Amino acid sequence: MSPPLDPTPVDADADVDVDTDTAPLHTLPPPFNLSALTPLTQGAEALVYTTTFLTSSTHVVLKYRPPKPYRHPTLDKRLTKARLLAEARVLVKCRREGVQVPAVLGGDWEEGWLVLEFVEGGTVRGVLDGWAEGVRIMGGEEKVWALMGRVGRAVGRLHEVGVVHGDLTTSNLMVRGPSPPEGRGGGEHMQRQAQSDPEPDILDGEIVLIDFGLATQSVHEEERAVDLYVLERAFAATHPAAEHLFKEVLRAYGESFKGAKVVLRRLEDVRLRGRKRSMLG
Amino acid sequence: MIALGLEGSANKIGIGLILHPDTPNGTPTKPPVILSNLRHTYISPAGSGFLPKDTALHHRAWVVRLIKQAVRQAKVKVEDIDCICYTKGPGMGAPLQSVALAARTLSLLWGKPLVGVNHCVGHIEMGRAITAASNPVVLYVSGGNTQVIAYSAQRYRIFGETLDIAIGNCIDRFARTLLIPNDPFPGYNVEQLAKKGKHLVDLPYGVKGMDTSFSGILAAADILATKISDTLPEEERLKSEDGELITKEDLCFSLQETAYAMLVEITERAMAHVGSRQVLVVGGVGSNLRLQEMMGLMARDRGGMVFATDERFCIDNGIMIAHAGLLEYGTGVRMPFEESTCTQRFRTDEVFVGWRD
Repeated sequence: MSPPLDPTPVDADADVDVDTDTAPLHTLPPPFNLSALTPLTQGAEALVYTTTFLTSSTHVVLKYRPPKPYRHPTLDKRLTKARLLAEARVLVKCRREGVQVPAVLGGDWEEGWLVLEFVEGGTVRGVLDGWAEGVRIMGGEEKVWALMGRVGRAVGRLHEVGVVHGDLTTSNLMVRGPSPPEGRGGGEHMQRQAQSDPEPDILDGEIVLIDFGLATQSVHEEERAVDLYVLERAFAATHPAAEHLFKEVLRAYGESFKGAKVVLRRLEDVRLRGRKRSMLG
Repeated sequence: MIALGLEGSANKIGIGLILHPDTPNGTPTKPPVILSNLRHTYISPAGSGFLPKDTALHHRAWVVRLIKQAVRQAKVKVEDIDCICYTKGPGMGAPLQSVALAARTLSLLWGKPLVGVNHCVGHIEMGRAITAASNPVVLYVSGGNTQVIAYSAQRYRIFGETLDIAIGNCIDRFARTLLIPNDPFPGYNVEQLAKKGKHLVDLPYGVKGMDTSFSGILAAADILATKISDTLPEEERLKSEDGELITKEDLCFSLQETAYAMLVEITERAMAHVGSRQVLVVGGVGSNLRLQEMMGLMARDRGGMVFATDERFCIDNGIMIAHAGLLEYGTGVRMPFEESTCTQRFRTDEVFVGWRD
């Protein structure tokens, strides 16, 4: 058993809604340094910051994949390079095809960073958490159903252009929210909405898919079905109270493109493949 | 309250007695006391796995001896025992049945109620009790299971799992390919060989979101294993980039490094997803020190910590069944005798966890 670790000090002006008191300090490769960065979140693979890039008024998201100390360096380099390149390529392709994803502004696969457009809004997860906690949302359940429909269509559109996300969770689905008043002021405007308190009108926002770190280009129904299965399971595990809403995601997905019905049939097979399911009959 | 636990879902038969001191309304307020914890393992010859029929025979041959010894060692009288807990599943059919039969026999003989326990929940509860981790993300890794679990609303919810074979099965079968002995267990011997490995050979890396796949890695490792045989002419043998011959130690090293990196990665993704900083590693593979070390490095980078137990509690045992069973018994759940069956398929998230908030 490892002893608990001392919290590592972090940039003092990091005043965002993530817990920063114990976030580890990483040195970033040039041209970045921590003083101009505001931590947004620590994903599984990447440290995500908001900052400006190229011009002082271009607000962006910096996604830095630090070397993983637990991984063999050879394996780590191989994975970081492959994933960063795959992510950038997929995002560019999505953008070209008109799928709502953040734009790519720059990157370096040797150093492990990627600069992406900043998306205003909140996560579907935040919206559902608020909903499950009984926060009264204007428009009530109907709006949540409509949102689920948009999620289904967004995933359908992604699959239609030949991309499989690989890590679909409700945290990786964003709802584009209202733009801040005017200009793009300080960091406080750039924060994501507090997860448990989504703004009411965020429910009407457009779905933007983010975090393509595990995405692949594929048109196989098997991989598309596994993609849906991953989302379904993340949905069931994260939002037990909202599990019934997933039907709407699948319904909308089924109508979103030509091959979607076949994928839904395949999804039934994939579900049965899950291990140690109860066998009925 | 005192429970007797019987475990035999795979090649170990484990018998244990546990005491929950001070249980007002059935809820333990103090840590449990382990009165006895005995285990006997069926070890098949190198190059072969344990077959259900032979394993069941082994369990039948040992069960009476172990129960007698466990009760004697615990210094309890039969009257003191409140309930008999056994593994209801998941696991191999024949070994499960042989132990369930023993549990039912004792229940009738002694007039004690039965509690059927989910094996995975047994691992989780024992890990929590030993390490005092309050609400961790759980990585459950063994010969038959690979799951990333977190507790939410009265269930242990599965966030990620293997899409095909379990990590332990992958390692055990690779050990068979290399004719590595199964004593004390194949994963231990692979771990020792891996310590001497130097070269990392490329193996597939199968992570899909919070799920993993190990069958492709096993197939690739098995193919590589055919290329290191010293019966091959030297020019046909597998070499590293700097021209050194790849050894079986290198293959064990590469398999561990690749497969465990996958496990740490999906655990980290689950932690990021649920916002937890604690990891608890349970199951037989959880006793692997390299996996624990890698998990610790990951947790450190997230400002968290890893909890793990040693082989007494990681590897299948009777005490975990007794502990989880007694927790359920304490909530007032009673299993009718007619329902004291066992099943090979029993998902972790099917169990209603009435003993947690």
